[in-house]
Amino acid sequence: MTGSSARLRVNPIACDARGLCAEVFPEMITLDDWGFPIVLDQDVPTGLRSAAEEAIRLCPRLALRLDRRPVRSISAEISGRREPAGPSEG
Amino acid sequence: MGGSQYLWFLSRGSGLVLLVLFSAVVVLGAATRTGSAPGRWPRFAVAELHRTLSLFAVALLVLHVVTAILDPFVTIGWAATLLPFASPYRTLAVSLGTLAVDLGGAVLVTSLVRQRLGQRAWRAVHWLAYLAWPAAFLHSLTAGNDLGLWWVALVEVGSAAAVAAAVLARLFNSDRGGLPGPGPRRPPAGDLPAATARPRARAS
Amino acid sequence: MNTLDRGERVRHDADSPEAGRLPRLLPPRIAGGPAGLTEHIARYGPLPAPGAGALWRERLIAEVGGSGLTGRGGAGFPTAAKLRAVAAGRDAPIVIANGTEGEPASAKDKVLLAREPHLVLDGAVLAAHMVGAAQVIVVVHEAVRELVAAAATERRHARADSVKVKVMTGANRFVGGEASALVNWVAHGIPLPIATPPRISESGLDGRPTLVQNVETLAHVALIARHGARWFRSLGTPTEPGSMLVTLIGALNRPGVYEIGIGTPVRDVLELAAGPAAPLGALLLGGYFGTWADPAAAGPLPLSAEGLSAVGASPGAGLVAALPRDCCGLAETALVTRYLAGESAGQCGPCVFGLDSIAGALEALAAGRSFQPARLRRWLGQAEGRGACHHPDGVVRMVRSALKVFGAEIDRHARGWCCGRRPAGTLLVPPRAAA
Repeated sequence: MTGSSARLRVNPIACDARGLCAEVFPEMITLDDWGFPIVLDQDVPTGLRSAAEEAIRLCPRLALRLDRRPVRSISAEISGRREPAGPSEG
Repeated sequence: MGGSQYLWFLSRGSGLVLLVLFSAVVVLGAATRTGSAPGRWPRFAVAELHRTLSLFAVALLVLHVVTAILDPFVTIGWAATLLPFASPYRTLAVSLGTLAVDLGGAVLVTSLVRQRLGQRAWRAVHWLAYLAWPAAFLHSLTAGNDLGLWWVALVEVGSAAAVAAAVLARLFNSDRGGLPGPGPRRPPAGDLPAATARPRARAS
Repeated sequence: MNTLDRGERVRHDADSPEAGRLPRLLPPRIAGGPAGLTEHIARYGPLPAPGAGALWRERLIAEVGGSGLTGRGGAGFPTAAKLRAVAAGRDAPIVIANGTEGEPASAKDKVLLAREPHLVLDGAVLAAHMVGAAQVIVVVHEAVRELVAAAATERRHARADSVKVKVMTGANRFVGGEASALVNWVAHGIPLPIATPPRISESGLDGRPTLVQNVETLAHVALIARHGARWFRSLGTPTEPGSMLVTLIGALNRPGVYEIGIGTPVRDVLELAAGPAAPLGALLLGGYFGTWADPAAAGPLPLSAEGLSAVGASPGAGLVAALPRDCCGLAETALVTRYLAGESAGQCGPCVFGLDSIAGALEALAAGRSFQPARLRRWLGQAEGRGACHHPDGVVRMVRSALKVFGAEIDRHARGWCCGRRPAGTLLVPPRAAA
């Protein structure tokens, strides 16, 4: 692994609140009040990469992935989040 | 002649242990969907044990098959490892075992490459496990001669009972975390005050 | 002088005195019902004929760009940028006109389609010419489908357009008007949003570059093509030019759909509806995904994105709901939230369970049952930003504003009092359209 940045992301449609990820990677994954994972939106430190990979491997729904993108577009993804589009968009 | 008995004992013995292992794997697999109450094992432990036991079972399977085929007392032939109806000795009984290996093998291989294969394809093949186990179980009943031994019969009955119980639990207690489809479901009870009828607040 | 009543054509040069006047999209007419094609052409002039080649297309897109027109469906995306993105696609593009108006309390798109369908169809056809599409699909609310289909048939008989126009009904779901959900509906009959990549402007319906535009936006395009960017900018503000349609509902003397110049102060907008019918307790600005605001604070603010940002609101889909003081804002919020929770696509846990819990919490607060607001705030934080689309975010924003504006009401409810004398649910009733 190079020193590139990597974020752990949940596919919210695939996720089914099985909870294995939070068991093996509590450093960055906690469960909300309904059992669904809240993943820290931070770079995964190199020391924790193996734990992250274990969580990805163990997910029964393959809902976790490691997003290796340059930091610029990740912050753009966060800050560029538009207002909720209305119900008659256009 | 005396030496070959060991091959036969090894084959039958490993077969029996395999039945127990395979049954445990199926029970653990069904248990991943049957909710974990506090005090039970964490889910990742169930998942990992399921995986570890199945890999161990593969190792034991190799022993079971090789000793059976090498045994000079019966003629099975190497083809019977993967092809049903290839064994002259107890054709149907051995074929059931072959079927279990074929189906179980597909389940295993797809699980090893699950991340590359994708969720849908992996899941579709994994259902074959519920066909592989009955094939293995029927094979254990028909391919050996040991049902007369009380403890062998006990193992057979016990394995079947465990698997049946796990499958029933899976059918009727499927984990409440899942999303059944469009439309909201009530969250687990106890989260909100009960909707009892209370008088509406007075106007000020 | 307004010659519209006599059905004569009005000159709308950018420098003429009529340029900065309303109405533009909804002229008053003597007869009821939709304007027919002949009347439409007599009033607005013929549709500008498409010139040959890319030069005409690019000039018209530049005109739209110069006008500063943005989407009137709620998202406010610059229209020219969208047109360019779709025109740059590799495959043959397609245009989808969005008249589904999934917001139950909003009526502007239905009214526009019911009265000036040809203005919308003009805009859709022009948009098709600009992006190089050969087909337009107009998706409308079922209430106006027949009218719009009749208008399309009229154009077909008159051979008015060189592109195919197809009219269909939209799904009757709140989220059905979201762009990817609309494409999904047209293609597969499933009105659910899909994960964003790839962008619809690159690969939408059938994998083709797809332009999704709100019908009001297209009506503005039709007028810009006739009168130019400068004319368009003679109303509105420099950063948010033009006019927009608003739906005014609630405790007003004449609720309905009106047209305003963007930036008109909120209290003047309410005066269009002949003012409040009762002392007001709160305003809901934008739509069900909008923001609650105190009427005294919001009254002097310009109705624009910039102006309303002072109270954390935005014009959204142009809905302004006036809540009277004797109507319980908590109960209304609970009803709207429960509706929105039911309209979840049901694909993501934090949305399905989160919105359900939040709605339950609001219902408890509204009914005076004890409930910790801190727990509700926690749930709001947990539901936000964790779905595949922005549905939960819109709800969270609206509920947070309700907690702010109705904070005193929550305290009263906790002590067993409520100022509501009317039954809740008045906000969910659709308005009569302006005559």
